[in-house]
Amino acid sequence: MSMMKNFMTWIDDRYPATKVWNEHLAQYYAPKNFNFWYFMGSLALLVLVIQILTGVWLAMNYKPDAELAFGSVEYIMRDVDWGWLIRYMHSTGASAFFVVIYLHMFRGLMYGSYRKPRELLWIIGVIIYLAMMATAFFGYLLPWGQMSYWGAQVIVNLFSAVPVIGPDLGVWVRGDYVISDATLNRFFALHFLLPFVLAALVFIHIVALHKVGSNNPDGVEIKKGPKGNRWSDKAPADGIPFHPYYTVKDIAGVAGFLFLFAAVVFFAPEMGGYFIEHPNFEPANPLKTPEHIAPVWYFTPFYAILRAVPSIAGSAFPGVVAMFASILIMFFLPWLDRSPVKSIRYKGGLYKAMLWIFVVNFILLGYLGTQPTTDLYKLLAQIGTIYYFAFFLLMPIYSKMDNTKPVPERVTE
Amino acid sequence: MSADGVDLKKRRTLTLATSAVGAVGAGFVIYPFLAAWAPSEKAKAAGAPVEADISKLEEGQLMRVKWRGKPVWIVHRTDKNLADLPSLDGGLADPNSDDTGQQPDYCKNPTRAVNDKYLVAVGICTHLGCSPTYRPEVAPEDLGPDWVGGFFCPCHGSRFDLAGRVYAGVPAPKNLEIPPYQYLSDTKILVGADGGSSS
Repeated sequence: MSMMKNFMTWIDDRYPATKVWNEHLAQYYAPKNFNFWYFMGSLALLVLVIQILTGVWLAMNYKPDAELAFGSVEYIMRDVDWGWLIRYMHSTGASAFFVVIYLHMFRGLMYGSYRKPRELLWIIGVIIYLAMMATAFFGYLLPWGQMSYWGAQVIVNLFSAVPVIGPDLGVWVRGDYVISDATLNRFFALHFLLPFVLAALVFIHIVALHKVGSNNPDGVEIKKGPKGNRWSDKAPADGIPFHPYYTVKDIAGVAGFLFLFAAVVFFAPEMGGYFIEHPNFEPANPLKTPEHIAPVWYFTPFYAILRAVPSIAGSAFPGVVAMFASILIMFFLPWLDRSPVKSIRYKGGLYKAMLWIFVVNFILLGYLGTQPTTDLYKLLAQIGTIYYFAFFLLMPIYSKMDNTKPVPERVTE
Repeated sequence: MSADGVDLKKRRTLTLATSAVGAVGAGFVIYPFLAAWAPSEKAKAAGAPVEADISKLEEGQLMRVKWRGKPVWIVHRTDKNLADLPSLDGGLADPNSDDTGQQPDYCKNPTRAVNDKYLVAVGICTHLGCSPTYRPEVAPEDLGPDWVGGFFCPCHGSRFDLAGRVYAGVPAPKNLEIPPYQYLSDTKILVGADGGSSS
């Protein structure tokens, strides 16, 4: 025992191991009333690790070459020992990542986790979300199937729709006049690079979180409440040490998550064409567009917004602007919410209605984004797009008009 | 001069000058990294013109050739197709091909072609780059009773007539692009070069 102690002293004199452990785990006090929604952050971290691990293993057999890419993925599936498992973990992991992150973001929306003093924490989170989308987009080209190819074609052409510099910008991104070997090769490099940027951003996200402390389902600042708990008289009375309380809780969450994850990996890796789209089983063919192009499900709400906006004065640019605006508007959320309370628990019916309609609307847009356009669907997507923006832009008004309930002094059970 | 013998003003000036020189240097270093994303010499060479033999192309048929990696369609239009074209003008976004970026000057005419019989067009939707489907049939169920043949983009529902002119009110903002081309003989088309006749 004393040998272990001596060893740690030797380490701590040279590296703040015990200090970091205490400050961020053993003596980091988180609100005691976390619920189901607070699993998502640690699950996102788990999925990031799964993606990096399986991704590096896939890269050991994958060939980023237009002639070889499709074949090398089939080679991984058929000939590499356990290759099918590693690939399905990676493809399922991509969708799981977005499932978990969307729930994580919804948690933030519900409990006002973006409100002061967590504005920067939220903004870093939105940057992580953007980096995730970029990573997913680059990764989707790599199998070099029909949907990989034409999906990338559509998205890269978004840049070509920019006035004046657009066409040159598109050529610059592709490195060719069309999506080609050069594009595939650079997308592979970027797909490999970005997860490490993502890991660094997650680190910054956690540093920001630990500076301001976690929010909780009541939206009560435990740091402003009374002091003194079982472990320390200076710590917030409503806080419990992250370790072991929340590490153990999160392990239970991990077990539940992996149960579902494994079920998908083993029994429904394609998820009926939503996780791996059917046209992607056909090699990329630049001369033949698939009958219907839709991005993977996690991009479809934004894709529906893109398609809902008609071209103005001979330019597809307005749709592109609307799509990017629909994501960038999230950055402003901390200043759009003027409600005197943070959590949905104490917000009034107006805000609750707006939020739940937003959720239904987001899912509806997601569905419309997977479907071919018809007049009815286009109209629905346009209504959905208007609501999407109204939810954000009208928030300063309705969040203020809302009949809020009194917030308790302390967190509730 | 400050009290302890440090000239802060001089130090600031030197820091500023060093930063400025450093920034210029960083700018120079960034350039090759950005420029490396441009198409390589090999990619540019692959953009050379291609020849198409149209001797076996029957009336109503479409053939594809690949130019700069893009599908280029050559459609042998029927007399009925050509007769239908002017009747569509009312429902089109740019019936007279006024957008000069979408075709060479010698194709700014009612059929958007050098030889009325043959449409040569880049088969990439001007919306977001899908390749539309050739739908020559008249009044199919999914396209409605007014359809007299044309191109339908499966991605976002854009419609073009058999001269590659876009219908009004669809996502695609422009007519299909007509590449530069010339007839080498009655049955041979060179796509991607027009012998400098105009562009």
